[in-house]
Amino acid sequence: MSAFQQKQAVTQTPGGHVAPGGGLYARDRTWHPAALTPAYKTSVARSPSRAPISFPTTVSEETGPVFTRDLLGPLDADLIHNYAKSPEGAIGPRIVVQGRVLDEDGRGVPGALVEVWQANAGGRYRHKKEGYLAPLDPDFGGCGRCITDEFGNYEFRTIQPGPYPWPNGPNDWRPAHIHFSVFGQSWGQRLITQMYFDGDPMIWHCPIVGTIPSREGIESLVARLDMAATIPMDARVYRFDIVLRGRRQTLFENRMEGL
Amino acid sequence: MRAIERLKESPSQTAGPYIHIGALPNFAGVEGVYPEDLGHRMILGNAAGERITLRGTVYDGTGAALRDAMVEIWQADAAGKYAGQDGADPAFTGWGRQAGDMETGEFAFETLKPGPVPFRDGRMQAPHISVWIVARGINLGLQTRIYFADEAEANDADPILSRIEHRDRIGTLMARPEGDGSYRFDIRLQGEAETIFFDI
Repeated sequence: MSAFQQKQAVTQTPGGHVAPGGGLYARDRTWHPAALTPAYKTSVARSPSRAPISFPTTVSEETGPVFTRDLLGPLDADLIHNYAKSPEGAIGPRIVVQGRVLDEDGRGVPGALVEVWQANAGGRYRHKKEGYLAPLDPDFGGCGRCITDEFGNYEFRTIQPGPYPWPNGPNDWRPAHIHFSVFGQSWGQRLITQMYFDGDPMIWHCPIVGTIPSREGIESLVARLDMAATIPMDARVYRFDIVLRGRRQTLFENRMEGL
Repeated sequence: MRAIERLKESPSQTAGPYIHIGALPNFAGVEGVYPEDLGHRMILGNAAGERITLRGTVYDGTGAALRDAMVEIWQADAAGKYAGQDGADPAFTGWGRQAGDMETGEFAFETLKPGPVPFRDGRMQAPHISVWIVARGINLGLQTRIYFADEAEANDADPILSRIEHRDRIGTLMARPEGDGSYRFDIRLQGEAETIFFDI
């Protein structure tokens, strides 16, 4: 096995036992978008029409891949520079996106792999199948990744993506957004979502945002401008916390101090 | 009464058509950022067990193949251990990620046939692979499982399969052997033969 293969090895945190009463909290499906959301037209033929079948989570859902920090390259979390040939890096408003990955009990989730992707400052994605007329930035690839620290903190440096039109209704536009893919500590926590920007009027016109049933739910995906953390003469900071499903725990599992 | 303080899970949003940029950038044409797309290889060395190729296509309700889907799988090794558990095979990651082909939509995983793993009450579950599907138009990643049509006895005793009321749908969870260690598992998002999806 080569050294690189070793680095790619995916390991799961040891000790994934299931205590009586354990298991993931049930997912609140009324809080998530429904499968069929006709205003987002592609969902019409891609939404299951039968009810999903529930069962209590087992070791298959309560374990999951864990990614170790040694798989990361030094620029993986820096989208301004990780694809750039020029030393100045990608064009666009410079931002830092930082936050925590938490579970529903408010505990930080350490070791969570967070992968992001986004359009460039003109709203154009670098992808074989994308043809929007805005130009590609030769210094912007659009992907990044990091792993949360022991408290669940993550951070990316990037440029603010632009809004762009998309074929849905006759004149639909996506608000500026960054896609997030997150692994927690178990397969059942797997989540993909999108981050929007404080104050963007396009949020409230978007059929994809509109698949989220409640305004409160939508607002939980809007990153807040953090002026206190903003780095003078460099980059504005946006704050975005992500919440994954929590897990039932009992005192038998988490022994109290001194026991 | 005081309220129970608990956070709400972040609402899901579709992976969209360009998930490959973030998850499989080399496949998407964003080359040179990561040396290799994550999840591409599940077998890292001399892993024990039967090597299999798992192929399939995701179809929409009109019967058209999705050409922008991404599929992830998570499974035990040949002995029924998940990566990280005591005794798990160090040469097997258990986790794979593949995109459907941009023209045909077909995905393929080179993996191992998993061993049985326990259910909550200690009974054994039939060999299975957990599957997660995302694509444009899918608002919340879809969870399903692959079982093996050639494990009839274990399938008959499986505690999850046995709780499925509509018996005629169980076939949608079966990977079918095609010879030479190949299995086919097509996923139908909607319609007559809609795949069983799980709320776990």
